[in-house]
Amino acid sequence: MIKRLLILVAIALFGLMILPLVTQLTPFTQLTPLATRYVEGGSSELGAANLVTAVVVTYRGLDTLGEVTVLFAATAGVGFLLRRRAGKEEEAAAHANSANDETAAGSSMPSPFSEILSTGSVVLFPLVLMFGAYIFVHGHLTPGGGFQGGVVIASGFAMLLAANAGRKLNHGVLLVVESLSGAFYVAMGLLGLVLAAGFLDTTFLPLGTLGQVFSAGAIPIIYSLVGLKVGSELTNILESLRK
Amino acid sequence: MTIVTVLGFVLLGIGLWGMLTRKNLIKIVIGFSIMDTGVHLIIVSVGYLWGRTAPIIDKAVPQAQAASRVIDPIPSALVLTAIVIGLAVTALMLSYAVQMHKTRGSLSIDDFRLPARKQGEA
Repeated sequence: MIKRLLILVAIALFGLMILPLVTQLTPFTQLTPLATRYVEGGSSELGAANLVTAVVVTYRGLDTLGEVTVLFAATAGVGFLLRRRAGKEEEAAAHANSANDETAAGSSMPSPFSEILSTGSVVLFPLVLMFGAYIFVHGHLTPGGGFQGGVVIASGFAMLLAANAGRKLNHGVLLVVESLSGAFYVAMGLLGLVLAAGFLDTTFLPLGTLGQVFSAGAIPIIYSLVGLKVGSELTNILESLRK
Repeated sequence: MTIVTVLGFVLLGIGLWGMLTRKNLIKIVIGFSIMDTGVHLIIVSVGYLWGRTAPIIDKAVPQAQAASRVIDPIPSALVLTAIVIGLAVTALMLSYAVQMHKTRGSLSIDDFRLPARKQGEA
């Protein structure tokens, strides 16, 4: 009973904490000066049609780099928590299998999946990958970008694993894609430091015409790298959680 | 104060209540996710301006008039990254839950005590 009371008090205090936000929140009628600066500069300075992308990749590029780092740390944590235990179990299972005869090992295999399901997922998988790549390559033009495209790619892998749980993913390729895209992301930032105004400045490549795929300087390249990194990291999480 | 903001605050409360009252680790993680969604809704609704459109320059939004036609792009950019971080943190918490279930065979927080306290009781 006391515990329930304490919970009520905690929620009431939390409500009190955010009460000023509720009562004093007046809806904006025009853009704040900073937002005006970003909206006006995003298309003319950086050549990006999607202004959210301009903010994410260039104006707040350092935040995005930090965010990708947090994502990497979380992925590493999931892998660390689940992989060691899984390795031990696999060893134990291998010992058990070697002790038993082959028929017992065969009966412990998962039952075969529906042919329609596994064939359909294999047919759809490249299309999902292509759609994900389309989303992150056009991140500076359309509502989309590296994070959304990466999640679409990971959902393709999720579909593949849901249709056939016994499927093995190549961990080496995932690791290489993840590390290389992260390294190239930082390298692009350093190129901006050397060739343009500062770290993660994307204007060292020609801006091109607004609305074309090959425009907006280095924004499409950086966002594609972010897409690859997010996609491979989320696939890694999926792979770890499956076991 | 729009209906989306109100909904965000309601979700914030529901999530906090769920995190504090539930005993099951998985349900606590779900409470966290609900709270997370509430925060996203509040941030997005703060950046929304009535009668304006998405911050993307095209034929409907000419470059010269962009500042008077689009919503604030900064909250959208913040939420975009917050969603991905929320997903990763949820995955991390769920893997903790899996690991705890493997070691103790239970998901209830009542079954998890600090070792020092257990020795004191015994």
